Parts: sequence; C-alpha cells; structure tokens
Amino acid sequence: MAKVIRVNMTDLTVRTEEAPAAWAGLGGRALTSTIVAEEVPPTCHPLGPNNKLVFAPGLLSGTAAANSGRFSAGAKSPLTGTIKESNSGGTSARLLSRLDIKALIFEGQPVGDAWYRVHVNKDGVTIEQETETLGKTNFAVLESVASRFSEDFGVLTIGPAGEQMMGIANISVRDTEGKLRSFGRGGLGAVMGSKKIKFITIDGDGSSPIKLADPNAFKAASMVFTKTLKDHPVSGQGLYTYGTAVLVNILHEAGGLPTKNFTSGQYEHHEKISGEKMYENITARGGEPSHGCSNGCVIQCSQVYKDTAGNYVTSGFEYETIWALGADCCIDDLDIIAEIDNVMDDLGVDSIETGVMFAVAMEAGILPWGDGKEIIRLLREEVQKATPLGRVLGGGTLAVGKAYGLTRIPVVKGQAIPAYDPRAVKGIGVTYATTTMGADHTAGYSIATNILNVGGKVDPLTNVGQVELSRNLQIATAAIDSTGLCLFIAFPALDIPECLGSAVDMINARYGIKLTMDDVIGLGKTVLKIEHEFNLKAGIGPEQDRLPEFFELESIAPHNVKWDMDQKELESFWNF
Amino acid sequence: MQITVKLFATFREGRFKQADRDYPIGTTVANVVDDLAIVPSEIGMIFVKGRAAEMDYVLKENDALALFPLLGGG
Ligand code: SF4
Repeated sequence: MAKVIRVNMTDLTVRTEEAPAAWAGLGGRALTSTIVAEEVPPTCHPLGPNNKLVFAPGLLSGTAAANSGRFSAGAKSPLTGTIKESNSGGTSARLLSRLDIKALIFEGQPVGDAWYRVHVNKDGVTIEQETETLGKTNFAVLESVASRFSEDFGVLTIGPAGEQMMGIANISVRDTEGKLRSFGRGGLGAVMGSKKIKFITIDGDGSSPIKLADPNAFKAASMVFTKTLKDHPVSGQGLYTYGTAVLVNILHEAGGLPTKNFTSGQYEHHEKISGEKMYENITARGGEPSHGCSNGCVIQCSQVYKDTAGNYVTSGFEYETIWALGADCCIDDLDIIAEIDNVMDDLGVDSIETGVMFAVAMEAGILPWGDGKEIIRLLREEVQKATPLGRVLGGGTLAVGKAYGLTRIPVVKGQAIPAYDPRAVKGIGVTYATTTMGADHTAGYSIATNILNVGGKVDPLTNVGQVELSRNLQIATAAIDSTGLCLFIAFPALDIPECLGSAVDMINARYGIKLTMDDVIGLGKTVLKIEHEFNLKAGIGPEQDRLPEFFELESIAPHNVKWDMDQKELESFWNF
Repeated sequence: MQITVKLFATFREGRFKQADRDYPIGTTVANVVDDLAIVPSEIGMIFVKGRAAEMDYVLKENDALALFPLLGGG
C-alpha cells in the first residue's frame, strides 16, 4: 500500500494514510503541485502555518531505471509567492520509494521556540526536539547525524540560512558520497525553517525492493531506455566528460553569457572558468571528472573538484554556479569559485540566487567586482551570522537591488534569472517570463534547440517560434519532473523517440497500467495548469509574466539586441 | 585570407584552442573542417562571429569560426 504521511508540526502528531486513488498515477512534481494546489490556500503567507512542505519521489524512483534517483519538494515559495517545485538528487528519493512513501507532507507550525528533527523509517515517523545542531552548518549536521545515528541515513537538512528563513535558503540532501545536493530554488529552506525542522533523517532498513507489476517488461524497457541515454552524444559522452560547465564557452561564443550583472553577453576571461579548464584541473589534481549525484545515474554530469594540493573542495560543480560567480560577478578563478560553492553548500543557500545576488551587490557597491574572497567573508560573517547586512543579502537578488535603489535587477517574480541572456536567446526569455516557477531555466530549456541544436534548430535571435518551443518544452519538463528521472534525459528524448517511449513503458510495467505517450504529455499539461491556477489565485497574474524592464531598454553586446517580444504573444503561451 | 579558428572540448585534442589560419577566398566551413580532419558528423555547433552557421557557409576575411562537438548541459 502506497502511503502518504502527514506530519503536523503544530501539535507534533503524525498521520499515515493510504494514498488516495486519484494520486495513483502521480509522482514527483505532479504530486507535490497537486497537493499544494489542493491543500495550501494560495493567499497564505509562505512562512506561516497554512503553507505545507511536500516531498515526493517520482513514479520511477527506487527502481532499477537509469537516472531515476531524483525527487521533488513543493510548497508556496517565500521568494516568488508562487507555487514551487524544486528537484534534487541524493539518496533519499530511493529510500522514500522503498519505504513505499508516496508523499511526506509537513503541515502547521510549532507555537514555541523549540526546534525539531524528524525521523522516517519502516515503522513510521517520529518527531524529537533538536538542540545539538541548531545554528550549525550543513556539513556539521551531516557529521552529527553520522556520529549520533548512522552514516547510511538519508538526510534532508537546512543550514543557518534556512533557520533564519532567508529567501536564498535551500534544502540540502545527502548524496551517495556523504556530500550535498540541493532543492535549490525558491527559498524552500526558509519554509522548512518556518516549521522549525532542522533536519529529516530517513532509514531504509527493512524496506523491500520495489514490487514491479511486470518485471520482464520493465527489464526490457529499461534496457532500451539506458541504451538511448548512452547512444546520444550529449548524455552518453559530453556531460560525462565536461559536466555542464562546458556551456561557458558555448554561451560566450553565442553571445548569450550574461556578464557583469547582465551588461554584456560575453566574458573576456571565459576560458579560465570553462568546462575545458575544469576538466584540465580535475584530471591534473586527481579529482573525478564524472560522478553521479544519485544511484543509477549513467550520464554522470557531476564531478569531484579538488584544490592544487589534492584536497576535496566541491562536487556537483555546475555551469549555473560557475557562470553566476564567474561571468556575472567577474571572478576569473575557478578555484575561488569552487571554494565559494563549498561555503554555499555549507550555509545552505541556492547557488544561482546567491551568485546573481552578489553581482547585484557588486553593482550596488557593497563589494568590488571580482572579489571572491570578500564573497566568502560576507557569507561567513554576515549571512551565516544573520547580521542586518547578512539579512539583506540573504533576502536574495531582488531584496538587495531594492535596498540599494537599482533598476538592473535580473529577476522574474522575485527569483534570479540564471545563466542565459534572454535578449540573445529569446526562447529562454519566454520560459523565464511564463513559467509558473519564477525565472527558471530548467522549466523549459530552450537552450537545447536555440543553441545546442538538440531537438531541431530555432534561431535564438528572432522571436519567431519561441513561444511554441518554450511551451512544448515546459509541458514535457513537467511530465519528466514527475517521473523521478533526471531532466538530462531530455537531450536523448528530444532526438531519439524510443527514449520517452521506453520511459512510459517502464512506468506501465512498474504499476501495471497502460499509459500512452499522449497521457504523459497530458499529465505535463495538467501539471502546468494546476500550477498556473494556483498562481492566479495567489494574485500573480499575466502582468507578472514578463521580464524586467531593463532588458527592453539596454541592448547587449555582441549582437546588440534587446528584449522585444510582444506581451500579447507571450500571453499566448497559455493557449493549450 | 585570414580566418580565426576556435576549437572546443574534444576537438582540441591533438589540435589547438585557437589559431589564425590562411585560407583561399571562397573557403567554406566544410573546407576548414576537412582541413582539420574533424569528422563532420561529430560537429554539434558552428558559429561564425557568434552567429550559428552551416557547413556550406562561405567564409570572409577575418571571420572567427568556432566549432563545437555535440554538447549539452543545463
Ligand atoms: S546526470 Fe547529473 S543531475 Fe542527472 S542524475 Fe546524473 S549526476 Fe545527477
């Protein structure tokens, strides 16, 4: 029996229910968004007792399917005021699935000042008061869990930023190596902090392997699926060797690499922060260029980065992080960026929101351009200690821009715009403006078709075809985010038809159902509509489906382009 | 005429990162690819002065040509 577990933080009670029949075909984002839309009042305060924090493994999580180790967290976001789904790797998705937990829902809010830890195992959920790790950073929490309880537990934790309910706070997830992955975007760490949960541990002991309705059919589909991932040059080779940072040089060449707080589309020191450079450093220093963030990953876009002395600095060192601190903040040194990445993991802050925020802080004059050491100081001395300046910084990109009277504040619905300039890559501008999530590249990754020539070609510099491109990608992404499969399967999926086909076959063989590809696309559409409806009821309507004005006023080199898409055309996004 | 050729990722192995090279007038992207012994089917992206170009594009004096294998990220 698939379970839904409700943890009420107001009266510290736990209720285990059988998953309602209507949720049977839902997982991951489809389930978190359904639950948030059904149960959270859209107008509630995101940090108040009426918000809920929902974790849900995907439909294929916990099975032997390649790249199925991802899961979703959902809530109303304190950063955007919209519904939010964030997605992470780590070990917990698999453990939750094997414990037959379809959703773990945190409701209410304690009245007193006490903090809690929550433990999940085969017998259910327990809530205990927590004092030892209060105020501690994430790596200290992991150590504490390992020494007090077990090294094998799945861990979901918040750092000081989450405890202080900052907009940049993430929820960190222990990975297979005992390091951290995160539910990065949307300030979900603040929601966990508002419920006074310092960490959640998951013990998979005594759980049983997933029961498949048709093991043979599953195995057959799984083999086809894995083959498509290995056959496609992007998922089979490119991501494995260079990780996502290979995009630095690509976006620089294409003139869409936002630089110095979005004032240019090219960064003169791009080579120094490129994927090629990262690969060179990693292989010279005995790190690992290829590495998975969760069990069963065959793509392995992650890596382990070491310093010149061969000591571990960070893992999962991603393009967006490197871009934000590198090109956007003008730090031309991969080693300092790696160090900052480690500090951000430790404090529990979203690397995109934080990096973009620091570029805005540099423009505001809080610190000099390119000063990575000062970023580390500000994170450790101000944000971690929640000083008044630390709180302004911790509020995120929009908070800093407003506090300093700036007009060039790259956010949509309060969330920082990531690593692709919408003036030079128009399709991603449509995604930033229209997604239900606030600026988010993963919601409809038009870069694939605008720049990388995956899934066809659409000229990035004209407005033609961009709304349709973004719409199709957003629908497919909402479906993939519900499966527990890593979104990078989209690269083979865009070019090789058997890829998604075999994923659907795996879902059918897992549950003994008969979904068609149309059903899955239909699921993607439904998810987007549920989310959109929530946002409308929360007061976030079409007038907020737009990019900041400065993109229309300032052109960007080298193509000298502005954002000039007609608002009516943008609104046509929702015609489906 | 002079063309600046930039190579990325695996295309750099045994070749170069960036080089100014002399080619006769009328040289296409395909000619350069051939000259560098790159397998055409391995090419993912071609940019000339930051704009996407095709294999039959005829290069002009001082053009910057960038060649990438099929790559992705996100
Ligand atoms: S491809 Fe990257 S993000 Fe996806 S599961 Fe593997 S390591 Fe994680």
